[in-house]
Amino acid sequence: MTAQPTDIATYNFAYLDEQTKRMIRRAILKGIAIPGYQVPFASREMPMPYGWGTGGVQVTASIIGPDDVLKVIDQGADDTTNAVSIRAFFKKVANVAVTTETAKATIIQTRHRIPEYPLTAGQVLVYQVPIPEPLRFLEPRETETRKMHALEEYGLMHVKLYEDIARHGRIATTYAYPVKVEGRYVMDPSPTPKFDNPKMHRSPALQLFGAGREKRIYAVPPFTEVVSLDFEDHPFEVQTFDQPCALCAAENVYLDEVILDDHGGHMFVCSDTDHCEKRREEGHRGHLAPETHVAPGNMEPAQ
Amino acid sequence: MEMAAQSIEGGFADPVFNAQTVFRAVMDAMARPGSVQPLPAFARPPVPLSATAGAVALALCDNDTPLWLDPALQASAAIRSWLGFHTGAPLANTPADAHFALIATPAEMMALDGFSQGTQDYPDRSTTLILLVRDLVSGAPLLLEGPGIETSATIAPAQMPRHFVEQWKQNIKRFPRGVDIILATAEGVACLPRTTRIKTMEA
Repeated sequence: MTAQPTDIATYNFAYLDEQTKRMIRRAILKGIAIPGYQVPFASREMPMPYGWGTGGVQVTASIIGPDDVLKVIDQGADDTTNAVSIRAFFKKVANVAVTTETAKATIIQTRHRIPEYPLTAGQVLVYQVPIPEPLRFLEPRETETRKMHALEEYGLMHVKLYEDIARHGRIATTYAYPVKVEGRYVMDPSPTPKFDNPKMHRSPALQLFGAGREKRIYAVPPFTEVVSLDFEDHPFEVQTFDQPCALCAAENVYLDEVILDDHGGHMFVCSDTDHCEKRREEGHRGHLAPETHVAPGNMEPAQ
Repeated sequence: MEMAAQSIEGGFADPVFNAQTVFRAVMDAMARPGSVQPLPAFARPPVPLSATAGAVALALCDNDTPLWLDPALQASAAIRSWLGFHTGAPLANTPADAHFALIATPAEMMALDGFSQGTQDYPDRSTTLILLVRDLVSGAPLLLEGPGIETSATIAPAQMPRHFVEQWKQNIKRFPRGVDIILATAEGVACLPRTTRIKTMEA
């Protein structure tokens, strides 16, 4: 570990200075020790605007080492602006290997999806979180929400879900669906679709959450109970889709709607681009897949 | 002066990458209580501070984190100046002020509730204890359950504090307040975060 195969300066490896990393690392350890509790930290200004993943980037920068393999996804996709620019950022400042393959990554930074491919022990999933406080839209005062967490007073959240049922006949919350961690803290799983909530429950991977603008870090250790809030007569349900992915025919995955023309034409495709590409390489074909399949070797990897 | 040299030498040879390696070992140990994360001897602190415990202190402590030393370490001017030089951490006046506590002789240590437990509003403001233990196999076996553990895990740290299992039960009852423990041995680190439940093994 002494001779690094890199020509970049190491005093600010991964952009942050050592004192900042120590401060974030201490917050991460407290977060792991108190699952679901939001640990305040002194968020730094990053070379990207708030809302573009400054919290997730700071967490990733504090844990990443030269041997890590990083994957970054934005709504499941490896090839959209946020994912590409954060991947390029870490390639530049930490000279780490990057990948689009879920199975090969040791750290996966995500904006609002959990990959379809099951995560394994040893992987770390880093979420970019915009509003870490699940009670914030119900109670705007931090002093009050802190007291509510301290006293485990979560009745307001159930009232909110009940109002959903009264108004819509069902719980209409579809993303940032509140969960209870290890029977104690109510936590915002970040704006992932509720489709992904069951994947957080007893996941073998460590899950870290960073909110840069709101200056909070929290965590869910592996094999930790993560239960979506619900009622006995209105149990928690995930979204279902009545058709498979139009490109790879995958079922039981989260799909995005893609508009094809201005006459109402549309298709549903996998939100997880890596999962979709892998399935097409394996020969799975949806009803709108191109006639001649491009050989995987000729495909430009997401860069 | 001999002592000055002793306090300057023995830090991380490669501060950025050594600190990252040590932190990842501690993070993995905290996320998987009972697992032992191997750690090379990056630091060479004066005795009786061990290489592993010294490295953990170097990776996590700085001028923001008051550090408490148990009497065995407090008595050594070499250790005080080594930690002072390499981390810049101020020494805590009382255990309740400490963010981290280094304990060389856990069998003689004070009660866990003497350290900062955090508050109900800010449970993160508690002391993290770094215990120097000889090994993790020769003591009384502890059966661990809780977050980070798939079914159960077992460690048997030697030289643990008196009535540790009973004290730990009380620590769990205080949740979300409470202390977290990092066990430092020559092989590496293992952690007991405040969520880990201990069941003593029947013989």
